[in-house]
Amino acid sequence: MARSVRPNQIFRNVNAKIAAIPMVLTAMVVFVGCTIWTVVHSFTNSKLLPKLDFVGFAQYERLWATRRWLISIENLAIYGICSLIFSFAVGFLLAALMDQKIRFENTFRTIILYPFALSFVVTGLVWQWILNPEFGVQNVIRSIGFSNFTFDPLYDAKIVIFGILIAGLWQGTGFIMVIMLAGLRGIDVDIWKASRVDGIPKWKTYLFVVIPMMRPVFITALVLISAGIVKVYDLVIAQTNGGPGIASEVPAKYVMDTMFRNQNLGQGFAASTMMLVSVLVILIPWAYLEFGGRKNDK
Amino acid sequence: MTSVSIRNLDLQFGSVKVLKQLNLEIDHGEFLVLLGASGCGKSTLLNCIAGLLDVSDGQIFINENNVTWEEPSNRGIGMVFQSYALYPQMTVEGNLSFGLKNAKVPKDEINKRVARAAEVLQIEPLLKRKPAALSGGQRQRVAIGRALVRDVDVFLFDEPLSNLDAKLRADLRVEIKRLHQKLNNTMIYVTHDQVEAMTLADRIAIMKAGLIQQLDSPAEIYNRPVNKYVADFIGSPSMNFLEGELSSQGQFKVGGTVIDLKGYDYVDGPVASPVWFGFRPEHAVAGEGAEHQPATFQVVAEIVEPMGSDTLVWTKIEDQAFRVRMDGQAKISTGDAFTLGFDPARASIFDKETELRV
Amino acid sequence: MTNNTETTSTLMAGPRGPKPTKLLSPRNIMLYGTLIVVALYYLLPLYVMVVTSLKGMPEIRLGNIFSPPVEITTAPWTRAWSEACTGLNCEGLSRGFWNSVRILLPSVALSIAIASVNGYALANWKFKGANVFFTILIFGAFIPYQVMIYPIVIILRELKLFGSLGGLVLVHTVFGMPILTLLFRNYFTSLPEELFKAARVDGAGFWGIYFRIMLPMSLPIFVVAMILQVTGIWNDFLFGVIYTKPDTYPMTVQLNNIVNSVQGVKEYNVNMAATLLTGVVPLIIYFVSGKLFVRGIAAGAVKG
Repeated sequence: MARSVRPNQIFRNVNAKIAAIPMVLTAMVVFVGCTIWTVVHSFTNSKLLPKLDFVGFAQYERLWATRRWLISIENLAIYGICSLIFSFAVGFLLAALMDQKIRFENTFRTIILYPFALSFVVTGLVWQWILNPEFGVQNVIRSIGFSNFTFDPLYDAKIVIFGILIAGLWQGTGFIMVIMLAGLRGIDVDIWKASRVDGIPKWKTYLFVVIPMMRPVFITALVLISAGIVKVYDLVIAQTNGGPGIASEVPAKYVMDTMFRNQNLGQGFAASTMMLVSVLVILIPWAYLEFGGRKNDK
Repeated sequence: MTSVSIRNLDLQFGSVKVLKQLNLEIDHGEFLVLLGASGCGKSTLLNCIAGLLDVSDGQIFINENNVTWEEPSNRGIGMVFQSYALYPQMTVEGNLSFGLKNAKVPKDEINKRVARAAEVLQIEPLLKRKPAALSGGQRQRVAIGRALVRDVDVFLFDEPLSNLDAKLRADLRVEIKRLHQKLNNTMIYVTHDQVEAMTLADRIAIMKAGLIQQLDSPAEIYNRPVNKYVADFIGSPSMNFLEGELSSQGQFKVGGTVIDLKGYDYVDGPVASPVWFGFRPEHAVAGEGAEHQPATFQVVAEIVEPMGSDTLVWTKIEDQAFRVRMDGQAKISTGDAFTLGFDPARASIFDKETELRV
Repeated sequence: MTNNTETTSTLMAGPRGPKPTKLLSPRNIMLYGTLIVVALYYLLPLYVMVVTSLKGMPEIRLGNIFSPPVEITTAPWTRAWSEACTGLNCEGLSRGFWNSVRILLPSVALSIAIASVNGYALANWKFKGANVFFTILIFGAFIPYQVMIYPIVIILRELKLFGSLGGLVLVHTVFGMPILTLLFRNYFTSLPEELFKAARVDGAGFWGIYFRIMLPMSLPIFVVAMILQVTGIWNDFLFGVIYTKPDTYPMTVQLNNIVNSVQGVKEYNVNMAATLLTGVVPLIIYFVSGKLFVRGIAAGAVKG
């Protein structure tokens, strides 16, 4: 038998490597390369064009001294915390209701999830119309006799972010419900049987047995919601365009405006790097839990 | 006194009838095994008894109380599941006491019952651990413990040993038997494993397609199966079946051979008809003792399967496959001719058409 | 002890058959009541969009937004489709619609083709380092787009693709990669490995196995990927606004420009017709695909 020559390592599996080139390019050039490029340029005083004129943390100092950025951060925090709490609570509650072997489950799920198929622009514009003070909810309620009723979130700087929150929740809660429902369906049916034999009321089973078992699902939902919150942009553009004044600005919009409208690239890069940092703050502990946890299993 | 009584039970999902007009009386302290292939309705029946499934028609009595509409927790039952179904975030102690706490049982009573269950099942050192830190066998003990602390008369087991490996299964089987001897409660046990059924049961109910085929003691089911399905299902290696004719004089004719069925215990007496002649491989004798048997044949070993403790030899009688179980040390190899003998009184004969015992 | 007949009769009496359930039990009222209220809340915006788009402006100014139209008119729809203005251009949304279609078709085809082959390579032809790149890819999906937007502008400019449909197609392909690769990798991993091994023993190669074995078995997952991409790309706003020029703006961008333009009198009925028109494509996909849509979005959430 002829002695077989061990083929060169590079040419082993060569088709698979060719097939993976787009992935490698995406991962290395776009995700890693572009991110590093932006982070590096955030330390320069690039204006209209990017240039490597390093100014240390000057852009960050300016950023954190800008009122518009601070308002953006504050809005994002309020929006983020509220939408986390509400989408978790409402999403789980709805999923639990859907899990009661109800009739027309498909119909209810279809109705609650459909906004998720829509564009944020569409969502923003519809709610802009519904919350319109002249014609919308406020007008309707005034016209049935409560003439002093005021509900004008989109033109009231103090509560405008909650107007956006209403729209965001309308769009996103269905998705969280679907994830939670999948989690509930993943629970061993014998657990439910055992708790019935033990005579434990349903709500107690949810509280003490099922919810603790759903931890991985909750973590996944948490990461997905959080990543979505940081990216909030289209919704604000469509619903308020940051107004009234700068009352509903968000970080993503700040980045876009400084980069493309104000031609202040360095500032935009610094702001986007801050967004990246906030995502890493969520992502790194999660990754640590995921991979640390997996090692413990083995 | 009956402990569990099932009357005219029907269950259907949509148009599919899963249980059909089922009747079953179980005595106090009896160990009843529901045995059958998957999909025969045995687990469904157990779930109905537990109250986890609503019946379509019929009644269920436990301790002479009509519990047909009762919640599972009020039926006086404890249940053990195949997947253990332990509450994963609670310690073993928490698992055992959760139901009792919820039922507002006084604290020292809970402690007493948990301690007793832990002692009976020898899980005292595990009480502070969580289920994830336990082995499969330990988990199943805890699951049994959870049924035990409920202090009930009827235990329901839904394939409790199926998730365990063969050795652990054998160990825990003995333990369940010991538990039954000690507590003497009624136990209803679902399994597809005939060894578990034979070793544990006082009576076995063999089910197929939502009907009980035979309800009898293990010995009776083994020796006098009521139909061909039961005969084929019980026993490993399974029963040989020779196709032939029964004459009204009590003779079985297969090909050119006539076997006189002297001593066979007929249900109704011999009627001339085509039949299956069933015979267990372990009841046939090969070699030296064979000549003294009422029926003898000269056969050739076609396939030899040595299994250590015994050897299974495939031969043919009148061109129909016939297996013989021999001693593990038997010196026989493929192609060897030998004498085979058996006593037709130990056979089981089934009508070809109805497949019922003749 | 009672006599025998009495025992039998008392035993045979009592509950029998299924436990009677009341249709209007407090539990059911609570359960379905809550669900119906929630469903109405979710349907409300859709309803408002529809009724507003069918009213004339005078009726809108007088009435309330929840009342059904007294006089149904389809004029707002035709205006939205062919006459609505963005700035000086008054060609209506139809231009945005066709732009979106022109962006959508190649983006969906290209991203699915590349990601499916990639997922197949990752599932069945593991090579050294593949998992490192895959991990980076998945984590990359969480990076805010704003971080990568500007360098991509530079890359597209270098490739002479900036401002063209081709550039946007490339961007959609890149950013669709993580979720689609994950989807396909998990699917191909779930197929029995023996199938792949048997094909290899029979002498089939990388592409042979992909086209003749994997592809025919994977129709459902391709449909799921398609649903995911069609809705995702159609609904995109950010990439459209950055990487295209006003002539090639996708529908969402044009919609926003029409509705939020500050010039002229606000025509709310036209705005809502335009909004509905933009939402109608993903809605049709959603209602037709049903469970597959759910499977697609859940695939992103449930990690493999």
